[in-house]
Order: sequence, then structure tokens, then C-alpha cells
Amino acid sequence: MREISCAALQAAVTELFLKANREIAPDIRQAMEAARDAETSPAARYALEQLVDNYDCAREDGLPICQDTGMAVLFAEVGQEVHFTGGQFTDAVNAGVREAYVRGLLRKSVVADPLFDRRNTLDNCPAIIHASIVPGDRVRLLAIAKGFGSENMSRVGMLTPSAGEQGVFIYIVETARLAGPNPCPPIVVGVGIGGDFEQAALMAKHATARPLGQRHPDPRYADLENRALDAINALGIGAAGYGGLTTVLNVAIESAPTHIAGLPVAVNICCHASRHAETTL
Amino acid sequence: MNTIGVPIDIRLPLTDEAVASLRAGMTVRLTGPCYTARDAAHKRLVEMLDRGEELPLPLRGQCIYYVGPSPAPEGKPIGAAGPTSSYRMDAYAPRLLALGLKGMIGKGARTRPVLDALRREKAVYFGAVGGAAALLARHITASGLIAFPDLQSEAIRLLTLEGFPAVVLADSYGNVFPEAQA
Repeated sequence: MREISCAALQAAVTELFLKANREIAPDIRQAMEAARDAETSPAARYALEQLVDNYDCAREDGLPICQDTGMAVLFAEVGQEVHFTGGQFTDAVNAGVREAYVRGLLRKSVVADPLFDRRNTLDNCPAIIHASIVPGDRVRLLAIAKGFGSENMSRVGMLTPSAGEQGVFIYIVETARLAGPNPCPPIVVGVGIGGDFEQAALMAKHATARPLGQRHPDPRYADLENRALDAINALGIGAAGYGGLTTVLNVAIESAPTHIAGLPVAVNICCHASRHAETTL
Repeated sequence: MNTIGVPIDIRLPLTDEAVASLRAGMTVRLTGPCYTARDAAHKRLVEMLDRGEELPLPLRGQCIYYVGPSPAPEGKPIGAAGPTSSYRMDAYAPRLLALGLKGMIGKGARTRPVLDALRREKAVYFGAVGGAAALLARHITASGLIAFPDLQSEAIRLLTLEGFPAVVLADSYGNVFPEAQA
């Protein structure tokens, strides 16, 4: 049994959400610079130049990359040999989120009741926590600051087996087409195929954090990722929706066993900033 | 006309002549006063109109920026301040345009009723680049609270813009940029 204090967990969560919101990931920056340099549309180039310059403005001025600093989503893979001490796991995660958003001057974007009161909770809590128990004595944390311009453009489709690969391909590309300029393209597309209704969506969210260019280990899914990437770029939506060559930076698929009657597909869209950070305790 | 050219300097509030001079696809630099309002503030404004109440901001000739900024660090007028998706305000925008609103700044596509209202009321829709929030904040030199402080980042504020970079996404003649979005 390995002991991890809730204070350490809280501090780690704070650092992850501060980092995700303030620092652009190196792979994303590189891809955005490459998109800017390759762009032939003057309008899309205008947008990409601003977006790359924005990373430096944020760092120099002590501001988050985007004003929508997101809902705080945390994937926690908890080793079953770990015992959390000095508090309660969920409370520690929320305290970490509160600290990041209040002290770090991030925007508080959460309302307590979704339908009637819509009153701001003032600390961006509660976080959305997806914890799973894994072998070992480590805790792997993946923090995603999820903006809703892109979240609102995401879809879950309960396809059936006859839809096949072509049906899934069309569903992915159609989701990007319907989203158009709204999710802040160039987008990152996470796809969950299989499982059930909610597992498909969870896989899609998790897949948005995969490093750019890394492909699914099964070459058939990797091929589908590449084909969807090319087809979405061919839509010509372009950076900021101003047209141009780059509409999507990456398509990442996760797959899981499903029911004999089903072929669930979830497509989670993420903006060009793709704000996430991870650590292991 | 749908090409990005040399930016044109435009003063706010917008004059009828300025609105008439703008065409979809032009780049502009906006300078002058501009109000903020997004989902919750728009809902309240329209509810106030329904009750026959006076609004907390003037609309005639004015421009509204769809933004919910992050908190301002000490010594700065505002935090990160990029545009939010405009379509969520489409249910309310034609009502405000009919009362003299001349400009909106946001991101993304508008629906047909808003594009029709722009032509009918002679107004314009500007796009700022979504996600360029820290860069855009450098073009906001002042910010003051006007109404609905309980809405936090969604409160109505009066900003002063200084050379704020934007693109005309829909003009007062029914043109849209890019054309594929029409």
C-alpha cells in the first residue's frame, strides 16, 4: 500500500489546470505554426498568425490562452495499491480546481443548476471526474480544460452494425461539417467507437488529449483516422472558419467492445488550443 | 470582395456612413466604446423589453461584443477577452437590431433571421478570431461594469477598443464572408 496525501493530490490538480490554461502544448504550437506557414488563403493565414502570436501574448501578459478556461475535466487512473490520506479524493480534486481558477484568475464558467437558476458557482466547481482503478501504486492524472464553443458541437450517434466503417466515417466528417466555424477551427477531433452510450462519449473525450500524429495501434483504425483527417480538411472550413487548408489538426479514435446490436460513435470536438496537461503521482 | 486586405480604421459608435462603407471580407481595426453582452445578459435584456422597462445601455448606433472575459490581473483593464460563438445570441439579436444596434462582434456563423435583420436595419456583424483572447485583450484599453454584476463574466461592461482587429463577416447588403456560410 502506497500512501498519497490529499494535499499532494490537490496541489497537482491545481498545477495541471493552471498549466493547461496558460501554456500551449509544444505539439499543438508546432502544428499551428506549420499550418500558418503552409496556408495559401490570406484570410486563414490572418487568423493563424493571430492564434500563434496569441500564445506569446498570453505568456507575456500572464493571461490564459483563451477566456473560456473551460469546465475542469479530470481523468484519474488510480492504482489499486494507493491509499489517499488526510481527506477525501473528490474534495481534494475540487479544492485543486478551486485554487487554480480563483488564484489563477481563470474564468469561472460553471452554473449550479443547468435549466432553471443557472447561478454561477463562483469557483468553477464541481469538476467532472472520471476515475478508474488500475493495477499498481501510481496515480495518473489527465486534466482537460474543456471550452464549450467546441463541446456544443460534439455528437453521439447510436449507429447500428450495418452502418459499418463507411457509416462511422460519414458520421465523423458530418459532425465536423455541421460544426463549421463555431468550435474554433483548426479543431482536434476525438472519436469513441463501441462500448455503450456513455463509454463512447468518454473515449471520445479522452482521445482529444492524444499527442498529435500518434495513431491508433490497429492499422485499420489508423487508416480511418487518416481518411477522416483528410476528408475534414477537404471541407475547406479553415482556421476561424475563414476558409483555407487546415480545418483539423488531428483525428484520434479509441475503440472498445460493444453489444451485438450496436455501433455507438461519439465525436468530441476540441478547439485549436486543445488545453490539457498530465502528470503521475 | 471576399479577400483579406489592408485593415480599415473604423470608429465606434458606428455611423450610418461607416456601416454603408463596410463589405463582407474587409479587415478592420475598431476604436471606441463597445458594450459586452452574451447569453444570460441578452436573455435579461429581452425580458426587460418584454416588461416595457428601460435598458441599462443605449443601443442606437452602438456595438455589442459577445465576450465573457477572464478576470483582470492587477494593473490591467481586462483578462483574456476573445469572442464567443455568436449563434447563441441569434434568438435575441434581431430584436436589438430593430432598436438601433449597429454592430456585433463575435465568432462563427449567424442564422438567416440575423442576416436578414442586418440588411433590413442597416447593421454589420464583425468576426474576431476565436481563441486569440490574450492578443485581443491588448486592444482593450478600459473596462467598466454597466449592469448585471451577479452574472460575473457575463455582466454587461463598457469597453474601450483601440485598433481591435476584426473581419466583416456579414454586411448590410446581405453579403457573408466566407461566401460558403451564406
